[in-house]
Amino acid sequence: MPNTKLRRLRRWGATSVAVALGTTALAACGSSDDSEGEGKAESGPVSLTYWSWTPGMDKVADLWNEGPGRKDRVTVTVKKQASGDTLVTKILTAHKARKGPDLVQAEYQALPTLVSNDALADIAGEVDGVKDKFAEGVWQQTTLGSDAVYAIPQDSGPMMFYYRADLFKKYGLEVPTTWEQFADTARALKKKSPGTDLTTFSANDSGLFAGLAQQAGAKWWTTEGQKWKVAIDDAPTRRVADFWGGLVKEGAIDNQPMYTPAWNKALNTGKQIAWVSAVWAPGTLTTAAPDTKGKWAMAPLPQWSGGENVTGSWGGSSTAVTTDSRHKAAAAKFASWLNTDPEALTALAKEGGIYPAATTAQTSDAFTEPPAYFANQPDFYTRAADIAKTTAPSAWGPNVNVAYTTFKDAFASAAKNKSDFGAALRTMQDDTVADLEKQGFEVAE
Amino acid sequence: MSSLAVRKAAPAAGTARGTVPGPAPRRRTALVPTLALLIGAAYCLLPVAWVVIAATKSGSELFSTFTFLPGTGLTENLKDLHAYRDGVYWKWMGNSALYAGLGALLSAAVSAISGYALAIYRFRGRETVFNILMAGVLMPPVILAVPQYLLMAEADLTDSYVSVLLPLVLSPYGVYLARIYAAAAVPSDVVEAGRMDGASELRIFTRIALPMMVPGLVTVFLFQFVAVWNNFLLPYIMLSDDEKFPITLGLFTLLEQGSNTPALYTLVITGALLAVVPLVALFLVIQRFWSLDLLSGAVKS
Repeated sequence: MPNTKLRRLRRWGATSVAVALGTTALAACGSSDDSEGEGKAESGPVSLTYWSWTPGMDKVADLWNEGPGRKDRVTVTVKKQASGDTLVTKILTAHKARKGPDLVQAEYQALPTLVSNDALADIAGEVDGVKDKFAEGVWQQTTLGSDAVYAIPQDSGPMMFYYRADLFKKYGLEVPTTWEQFADTARALKKKSPGTDLTTFSANDSGLFAGLAQQAGAKWWTTEGQKWKVAIDDAPTRRVADFWGGLVKEGAIDNQPMYTPAWNKALNTGKQIAWVSAVWAPGTLTTAAPDTKGKWAMAPLPQWSGGENVTGSWGGSSTAVTTDSRHKAAAAKFASWLNTDPEALTALAKEGGIYPAATTAQTSDAFTEPPAYFANQPDFYTRAADIAKTTAPSAWGPNVNVAYTTFKDAFASAAKNKSDFGAALRTMQDDTVADLEKQGFEVAE
Repeated sequence: MSSLAVRKAAPAAGTARGTVPGPAPRRRTALVPTLALLIGAAYCLLPVAWVVIAATKSGSELFSTFTFLPGTGLTENLKDLHAYRDGVYWKWMGNSALYAGLGALLSAAVSAISGYALAIYRFRGRETVFNILMAGVLMPPVILAVPQYLLMAEADLTDSYVSVLLPLVLSPYGVYLARIYAAAAVPSDVVEAGRMDGASELRIFTRIALPMMVPGLVTVFLFQFVAVWNNFLLPYIMLSDDEKFPITLGLFTLLEQGSNTPALYTLVITGALLAVVPLVALFLVIQRFWSLDLLSGAVKS
């Protein structure tokens, strides 16, 4: 089994590299650099550059430079970047000139894009035993379902349900444990207070929709032989789309986008009393709804059926070693230290405000106190760690950005016109497949 | 021909008003044009007013109080901005000033000498060169950023100050403007007279033509300065070290810090407001050079 998987990935890797770079000559040039780099890795002082957007990452790198790094004579310099799709473009541009940094921070859904452009090195040989530190569903995103390891998970964003505890009491609402109850809660609230919405469906946040689909069991991108299979318009995702589309259509929830001044205001004034979000929500709420501090509570995401216990993820990123690096072994060592060493993880949580992907770190000293905004829920992080364990596996492909863009376009108009979400989902599927084919990938029907 | 050009440009002095003899015509305010202009002014000024007012709000006031109600957090915001990562904002400000100031100066210099050459000398291929430049004017600089990056990478110059400055030096629009301006402002009679007196070509250019071209070059300088100050993509692709970032890039990193960290809106808004100040100051200082009247009078008409 591993053998066939490996072969599949190799073949897939080879075709996609050839397509992405246009010539096999460049790919060959890349591999000759690799062997040269490995030979050099062990001798002399090594200086590594790391592109990251996490605030305070330079301070965490200093811990390495003064501690384990000094011993190995490996110095890491952090160059702070802006996060998002633009960074992926920047990495790929730098890679084209073979000027990429040694290490990059990359969101999970960007990994297939980077790997298919041959920008990330396989560090499976350098990171023995690291796998056990992470939840299966998180780790699998960095291997792309193969034997290779393209990154070490850094932070994760298990999804949760946030609600105004005081207002739920006031309106006599129960915290929903299933999506059916969620819909009933939204309707009950509309009846009691027509001007108030339980939450909104935001067509601006593709990551949220992807996480919800992931919870329902969707696997948007999979490989079949040497072909990609896109299953955006399949049963689990359709279920999610129809559910939210139905709520928007009957007016049970709002249809305005999130992360706007109007949305901030709605949260701050109690016009919207719940938010489907992820573990990092306290930070967002602190700026979005400063007046309601201490009035919110967190609960697990509602489930599709009674006995289930699954969540999706929204956000999260990893540390990857690039193929441009001349010191892959040293870089891989730093990446493992950064994301598994207790001291590093505590510093990451403190300086960068991240929620670590490493399971032991989620219950470490840095997470005994709840976030200040949730002082009323002392067991916030204990519950969060339990929820994080239930993260469903996700399956990303090489053109997540295209799927995300079409989601925004198609669902924005569907939400605005309160029209059929199923049609929007079909558009998303068709555009994603069309783009894959345009890029030269083979797509299975 | 040359005198015509000079005379044509004369009204730019702006002294026409008040010299009209006879009783002033009765003025009737033209309602529709005035209204249209007022709406236009409001359209341009509202966002500026928003930035000014939003910069005074503290984090908790930003989204919760009325949009145009001034807040109480300006000094706090300035302090936070100053303290952010040991004052890296001022470093960005300095970088922007370097890129925009030096870049615009070099660009104005190159524009001056090439515009002058294209306007005064007749040589084979002059029109071809000029047409290529015209094509360059039509080409948005954005699409050149990636090829320029790849070129810089060949020369091992990426992630340096030079990598941002070098592509800015040649501005097709600047050369175009300088040529048009030199053709109008530097009469060929004056150049001829210089040659008769035995001045070298370089001396004619630096001592005679250049002073005549100053108002045009100021325009080129200002255009380039503003363009570089607001430039985003070129430095974004070229630079990876945030100590070398200009303000545009620096503020962008404050906005995009990943999903774990909320965007630092108050810092970005205050930073954006401060970033406009040098531009406004520059315009106020330099605009007086514009009123210089093409140094007319070198040739009697």
